[in-house]
Amino acid sequence: MENKIIYGVTGIFDTPDEIISAVKQVKSSGFERFDVHTPYPIHGMPKAMKLGTSPLGYFALVFGLTGAFAAFALMTYLMGYNYPLIISGKPFIPIPAFIPVTFEVTVLLASVGTVLAMLFLLFKFPNNSHPLHDTNYMKKVSSNKFGICIEAKDEKFSKMEVIEFLKKIGAKDIEVIYYDNDALNFKINIFEWKFVAFLVVSALVVSGATYIVLNKLMFAPPFNWMMGQHRIDAQVESKFFGKDNFSMRVAPAGTVARNTNQFKFSGQPELAEAKLINPLIPTEENLRKGMKKYDIYCSPCHGYHGIGDARLNGQFPNPPSLHSEKVRNWGDGHIFYVITEGQNSMPSYSSQLTNEEKWAIVLYVRALQRAMNAKEEDLK
Amino acid sequence: MIAINYQRKELSSKLLKIGVLLLALGFIIALLGYVIDHERAAFNGIILLMFVMSVGLGSLFLIGLEYLVGADWSVPFRRIMEILAIVVFAIPVFSLPLFANLHTLFHWTHIEDVMKDPILRNKMPYLNEMFFSIRSTAAFVLMFIFWWLLAGRSFGQDSTPTKNFRKITVRISALFMPIFAIVLTFMAVDWLMSLEPHWFSTIFGVYYFAGTFSVALAVVTLFAIYLNENGYLGEGIEGDHYYNFGALLFAFTNFWAYIAFSQFLLIWYANLPEETFWYLHRWEGSWAVISVGIIIIHFIVPYAVLLPQPAKSDPKRLKFIAWWLVFAHFYDLYWLVIPTYSHSGAVFGWMELYPVLIALGTILILFYFFAKNKNLLPIGDPKLPKGINFHL
Repeated sequence: MENKIIYGVTGIFDTPDEIISAVKQVKSSGFERFDVHTPYPIHGMPKAMKLGTSPLGYFALVFGLTGAFAAFALMTYLMGYNYPLIISGKPFIPIPAFIPVTFEVTVLLASVGTVLAMLFLLFKFPNNSHPLHDTNYMKKVSSNKFGICIEAKDEKFSKMEVIEFLKKIGAKDIEVIYYDNDALNFKINIFEWKFVAFLVVSALVVSGATYIVLNKLMFAPPFNWMMGQHRIDAQVESKFFGKDNFSMRVAPAGTVARNTNQFKFSGQPELAEAKLINPLIPTEENLRKGMKKYDIYCSPCHGYHGIGDARLNGQFPNPPSLHSEKVRNWGDGHIFYVITEGQNSMPSYSSQLTNEEKWAIVLYVRALQRAMNAKEEDLK
Repeated sequence: MIAINYQRKELSSKLLKIGVLLLALGFIIALLGYVIDHERAAFNGIILLMFVMSVGLGSLFLIGLEYLVGADWSVPFRRIMEILAIVVFAIPVFSLPLFANLHTLFHWTHIEDVMKDPILRNKMPYLNEMFFSIRSTAAFVLMFIFWWLLAGRSFGQDSTPTKNFRKITVRISALFMPIFAIVLTFMAVDWLMSLEPHWFSTIFGVYYFAGTFSVALAVVTLFAIYLNENGYLGEGIEGDHYYNFGALLFAFTNFWAYIAFSQFLLIWYANLPEETFWYLHRWEGSWAVISVGIIIIHFIVPYAVLLPQPAKSDPKRLKFIAWWLVFAHFYDLYWLVIPTYSHSGAVFGWMELYPVLIALGTILILFYFFAKNKNLLPIGDPKLPKGINFHL
């Protein structure tokens, strides 16, 4: 008994009114480190104990704001800068559409973060031992009694005085609670073989189950029924929309890319060649932009070097080389015209490319031509 | 059983003086307004009507809600709601000048225009002056009936409590709830939504309800705190009671934002021209500033002020935010009504003051006269001691 460390002294009361008045007396006698245990929440208790506000609210605030800013920043970066996509005609950064997601992430992070902060910081998880566990006191206050426990950590604590004090305010069954030495000396050993085996087995079970669900179960009936829908796959022949046999719809005639005006020289390549001048200068930035767009939109047919040796070779009429005498002698405006209006089998690209992007492609095509047919002075 | 420590105290005549001053000033402005620019005055009349309806009908709703959920904490404040609910009798009075000006207010009353417009022609069975008047009259009559059933019957309980009073009133409240929802929705659709007869939004009734609830609760909060601070409510009412007002105001600030945003998001996403024009009107010229302002005034400020736990039981901050929410509801109604009057940009002048002055003056005067010779606590209610002794 002598070598045990004292945790506190407990007393039992019979009614909620008794415990409230007892708490008020404990508080007015100057005790700070005490706690009350009741079978159900008692109205007025926080006030009687003069509890301040819980610090958990600040955790909720910090986690919530983190969630809000993180969600909003992530969506803004992805939708606005990293991979801009037009979705149902909205701007690239559609703020109203972000609000529900921002709200959800705020609530998610605030609630999960608050619970974890409570467990780890306030309840000191993974420590799951408490001196009051398995005491008669805990059995009583978790059925039909109301208890108070004055802790030894209190500055005014002295064992005999507290026992006398509790007797004076009418407590019954006064008990002295000691720390359990085994629990105090317990050290967590994460390399214990049982724990390691548990980790290994649960990792195997989880990964095995994931593998079976994602690779086998999803392809077994009834989960695979979803793959046999009555729908039209992209780039497959279909009569659904009518005679043109396309499963994908083409943009209506005259569709232009965002921030682009209607093309003025429709059907007049010579006029376009005469009037249009490339507003871009061949800087590295412009050429890189042209290369990026050329590789996306032009290279599937024309090839990366403009020779017409592309990966779709043979499936469509092969396009002529961009290095021919004819194309090399075209003005910039003519190439711009062909990109905008299309020519023979080549469709119009005006719904995908802005004017600036088209001019960048023109610059890049010029650079390709120059690379294949360098002039004398280029060698110097 | 705790004895109730309550002595009736007559209300100070200062209340009456302020009320008469506000009402007189508002009345003069309104009169001048109707003489100088009857169109603008009539549009402001809608703001007045809908604000008074929010407070009156909202108070009735709060009474019914208390009976239905069996709340303890609000029993000491029920008498305030019962007295406040008397303003439902002012609603028909404020609707009279509007009925006289239906032709200036509502586009759908112009039969020759309606016949040219296929959409309005199809809406004619609902939107015509005859049916409109019947709907409003029926709504007013229902409000009077339920004022008597929910509030009026309660005053006699102070001296002669009757058996089964609570049980019967709970049943009446259950009956009242669907009727309240229908009446409120019809009134919101008729007086606010039909200002733009082409526009429709199925959530509009709920949107008006969200404002109604928060403003009725804010007015009750103001009366409760001022009366209690001056000792009219006896002893024992303190922070824990206030906390419930604060928590509910906070909840319904969020509810309003949720409903308002739901309405906006669906219309913005679907992008149908027959729905979006209502918001586009509110984005024209200086209306854009007012539209952004409503987010800040009706949501961000009350949200930020009421968020910390101590704010919800601090009478100072509660009074501030309750006044703020009264202002926010006026602002909300202004944002709903005036764009129909002035398309190109927001207008604000001396005439816009009269709905505020008359509404506040009417509420104060009616409260003063009706509270005369009455207990401000429902002392006949057996639940009152439990209510006063409420602790969190």
